Amino acid sequence: MFDAGAFVQALRHPDAPLPQNLRVRPGADATLRFAVYRNNVMAGLIDALGRNFSATRSIVGDEFFQAMADVFVRGSLPRSCLMHRYGEEFPQFLEAFEPVADMPYLADVARLERARTRAFHAADVDVRDPSGLTGFSPDRLADLRMRLHPSCEILSSEHPTVTIWRMNAGESEPASIDPWEGESALVHRRDDAVCVLCLAPGEAAFMLALQAGGNLQLAAAQGSEASPVFSIEQALATLFHARVITAYLHEDDAHD
Amino acid sequence: MARLLTLPPRAGVGFKPEHLPAILQDVRQGRAFPGFFEVHAENYMGDGGPPHRQLERLHADAALSVHGVGLSIGGMQALDREHLARLTRLCARHAPESFSEHLAWSTHDGAFLNDLLPLPYTRGTLECVCLHIDEVQDALGRRMLLENPATYVTFDDSEMSETEFLAAIVARTGCGLLLDLNNVFVSAENHGFDPRAYLSSFPLAHVGEIHLAGHATAPDPDGGALLIDSHDRPVDEHVWALYREMIATLGPLPTLIEWDNDVPPWPVLCAEARRAEALLTREHADV
Repeated sequence: MFDAGAFVQALRHPDAPLPQNLRVRPGADATLRFAVYRNNVMAGLIDALGRNFSATRSIVGDEFFQAMADVFVRGSLPRSCLMHRYGEEFPQFLEAFEPVADMPYLADVARLERARTRAFHAADVDVRDPSGLTGFSPDRLADLRMRLHPSCEILSSEHPTVTIWRMNAGESEPASIDPWEGESALVHRRDDAVCVLCLAPGEAAFMLALQAGGNLQLAAAQGSEASPVFSIEQALATLFHARVITAYLHEDDAHD
Repeated sequence: MARLLTLPPRAGVGFKPEHLPAILQDVRQGRAFPGFFEVHAENYMGDGGPPHRQLERLHADAALSVHGVGLSIGGMQALDREHLARLTRLCARHAPESFSEHLAWSTHDGAFLNDLLPLPYTRGTLECVCLHIDEVQDALGRRMLLENPATYVTFDDSEMSETEFLAAIVARTGCGLLLDLNNVFVSAENHGFDPRAYLSSFPLAHVGEIHLAGHATAPDPDGGALLIDSHDRPVDEHVWALYREMIATLGPLPTLIEWDNDVPPWPVLCAEARRAEALLTREHADV
């Protein structure tokens, strides 16, 4: 039977010997022919990674990204043929990749890009407007739980990741960042566009608690614990404005 | 709504999302639309989002061809069941008029190599490919088309020609064929055979679609050329010549212009499709 393993070994390592059973027309160079496959594999995967992490690529520059992606690809071939999924572990790779140790924010920018791609492909679920709340009596609001849209991802960073991402995604003009403070983001999809909202202090903890199924009281407590200036009114306004709530639920609701 | 599950014998184009605004403007202005759009299956396998709505929009006005690049039908290992299930869901959701894949492999030991890799043509590999095609056709509940590859190497251990291999697959599985004329020309130049001799031994009666694309040319040390199936430029005149001869023989067939890299503006892609459409219409009128 055909030994594809030997073919793959030779593909992955440019200096590895060619598979033994190759044939080319008389006079042609088998190494040159095989190099087409070697190049297709590496260039294709590096391109795919660059598409998935375009702001990261913009930060480090094309040439540097190519060289860095080459290292990543050789160590982490895709486990799926869905190229939009490629690079799930790229942020962790960046954290450990010594040549970018002076850019500690780079991994978080890559995480934000990952979240944006997932949001783009997330399932479609209808959103509810705030009028869905009118059926709930005020004394039961503490028990209220909310389901967030499947595209929603909440990220917290020690770095001004959203600002850096915006400047490198063509969403804002490059400028010096002062003060250099951590930022949190809500990534979601609205009307087919992926949005990145910078969150106020405590809102990320609040939304993570809601997303995990906690009720409003618990989520508000998480928000206040995360930041003394957390405002539940403002946090709810952020969610309403983003249009990401797909269900209002009570503890005793078996279903929505 | 029942759709006829076959592509129209017209010119189609590979869909690129950046062309969507121009395509929709053409619809509004009543301009002639491509006969069909072809998409790579793997780009539409997310749970939801804009890609699915784009497909629905296109399919409202034109036939749809789903073209897979990730099944690894030519691999010697079992098909990825999860991927086949995704493909089944995609075809159930969008009911494309055609599904096609490649005589090539791209996955080994769970690693996806993102290229269409070649295989030797032996009794053993034939058995394996036929089992895979049976599995796909059973899962999808439909006949699929299998595309001939562009190759840069062949194998010492091949026991039959590519066309004999394809004919045997068709006989065993009942699948149809997607005849990529650029691939025929690229392989013919690379391996030093006559593309017309190849086509004369190709199981032409089973061709359900034709692909046309551009290729790059690099020098080979023997003074010949190394052609690369790059899909990054207009269709070569030699390939147009093969196409004219083919449709003169076979009559009009669904014909795709593939242009996947250095994607041109929509009007340039349309002009290539119109050239194919004009040849198809002329052939149709002659019938």
